[in-house]
Amino acid sequence: MPDAPGLELIRGQIELDHPGAVIDTSFDHERAVLAIDPSHLLAVLTWLRDAPGQEYGFLSSLHAADYLPAEPRFAVHYELLNRDRVERLRVKALLGEPASPAGGAAGGTAPEEASATAGGGGSPAARGPAGQRLPEIDSCVELFPTAEFQEREAFDFFGIVFRGHPDLRRILLPEDYVGWPQRRDFPVGGEPVTFTYNERNYG
Amino acid sequence: MAEAQLSEDRASEVMTVNIGPHHPATHGVLRLVVDLEGEVVRDLRPVIGYVHTGIEKSCEAQSYWKVIPFVERMDYVSYFFQMEAFCGAVERLIELEIPPRAKYLRTIFLELNRIHSHLVWLGTTALDLGAISMLWYCFRERDKILDLFEMATGQRMHTRYFQVGGVIEDIPLGFERKLRAFVDDMPVRVGQYEALLDRNEVFLSRTKGVGIVPRERLLELGVTGPLLRAAGEPWDLRKTFDYLAYPELDFKIPVGTVGDNYDRYRVRLAEMVESTRIVEQALEGLPAGPCIADDRKYVLPPRSELPTSMEALIHHFKLVTEGYRVPPSEIYYAIESPRGELGCFVLADGTAKPARVHFRDPSFVNLQAFREMSVGGYVADMIASLGMLDPILGGVDR
Repeated sequence: MPDAPGLELIRGQIELDHPGAVIDTSFDHERAVLAIDPSHLLAVLTWLRDAPGQEYGFLSSLHAADYLPAEPRFAVHYELLNRDRVERLRVKALLGEPASPAGGAAGGTAPEEASATAGGGGSPAARGPAGQRLPEIDSCVELFPTAEFQEREAFDFFGIVFRGHPDLRRILLPEDYVGWPQRRDFPVGGEPVTFTYNERNYG
Repeated sequence: MAEAQLSEDRASEVMTVNIGPHHPATHGVLRLVVDLEGEVVRDLRPVIGYVHTGIEKSCEAQSYWKVIPFVERMDYVSYFFQMEAFCGAVERLIELEIPPRAKYLRTIFLELNRIHSHLVWLGTTALDLGAISMLWYCFRERDKILDLFEMATGQRMHTRYFQVGGVIEDIPLGFERKLRAFVDDMPVRVGQYEALLDRNEVFLSRTKGVGIVPRERLLELGVTGPLLRAAGEPWDLRKTFDYLAYPELDFKIPVGTVGDNYDRYRVRLAEMVESTRIVEQALEGLPAGPCIADDRKYVLPPRSELPTSMEALIHHFKLVTEGYRVPPSEIYYAIESPRGELGCFVLADGTAKPARVHFRDPSFVNLQAFREMSVGGYVADMIASLGMLDPILGGVDR
């Protein structure tokens, strides 16, 4: 892991080229975390991957988390790894929930219509339930091909749209599923199981 | 072999075939949509999600200690690894150091589980390639490992043996003797498997030169574990990161050269022998002392104290009914599972239940390399490559 001063150095170097890209840094449990503004995501990831002295060339994991009731609500985590120095660095893109179609200020990201930009395929699953706007972030599949399945998973469970993903569809849930089940405001459980005795009610 | 060509003048026709989700050769409930030109695979799309059970969501409704049996059931062949990933992550969140004996015991069970997982892989994959006797031999040894698990934990699978803070119980009397007998026996058995397969004409021609993906491409695709090592990349989290007793033990990381299916087979067989060495050394150096940490805020008090100590009874009651609270923070903790990097992300929000438990399952990520392993080869080699990829669909779908 880069140590705490090393993390500040990285922050300083990113701030030189992309002012405002880094929102926060933290160093909890000896893990370095770089919280960034999603509009600079690809620039930051490219720099971390390619700049001499950084070379975080391996994306171990990409996952999303819902910090409800915190604001911004979502974050996409990129667990980067430099295999030569054996250093991990987490980049955390903070992602607000777009305002509802009724109006109001959008939280951080460009308030674009989610369905219009949901991948080349324009899959119907990329649209939220009736009029719901989905948070958007750039896809990093070009930089890290390993992100393809994991971005689909984040989309599947959190409804985070990855702009430019080659094939953004649900991956684990059925394609006609409605809702984003890993969000904190989505209740647990709920599908009735059909047995012979209650088939009339649910069948 | 890998790049089979059809002659141009023949009328070529691409046929799309659906394989699975219920098919014995897909090692679980995996569905493959394959475009075939004759017998040659032209394109392939894995369709997953048939055993998605929402474990990650269910974990959010459990207190921390009740999550352990849930995560065990993701990758149902390497359950100890999920336990270690989760318990290790929580221990780092609450900054609880586990006693040395617990570290060694965990290492022993993890490595036994690695051998067990590779045995299941070898048996089923060799079966796919026509060597049916391998299944019986591998499951014979696997049963001995399950006997050991049963002896120490009471369960053959999904043992819930690891706890936050250590392991639930010390190993019983007689376990050491039985484990030693197994450790002495195992390298001989691996030698027998090699004798059956290494010079087997059918096995060699089915595996050599098949399913090659270059090392750089594997890294781009995020592939880890034996698949990556078979391509010549000596990357193993047991060596690079410091966890459990691994830094104190002497073992080697087997690597391949070509990265074909034969190398994948060789690497896994060599890993079984190395794991046996780890178990042997860990048993030899097993420190005395408690097998679980003595922090009553997180760890259940010993059973013997309950009838006499009011304090112990209160702690026991609080831990079982409410569970312990974890201060708000998050962590990603990764270990080397039999299939590669198994990472566990835990987000704590200050309550007694995790706000998010996510597993970076190696089968899920490795499956992305399957298309490149198979395209251009025969459909029969695709089945061999799938076996060598060794995905566990419970882990893929979670």
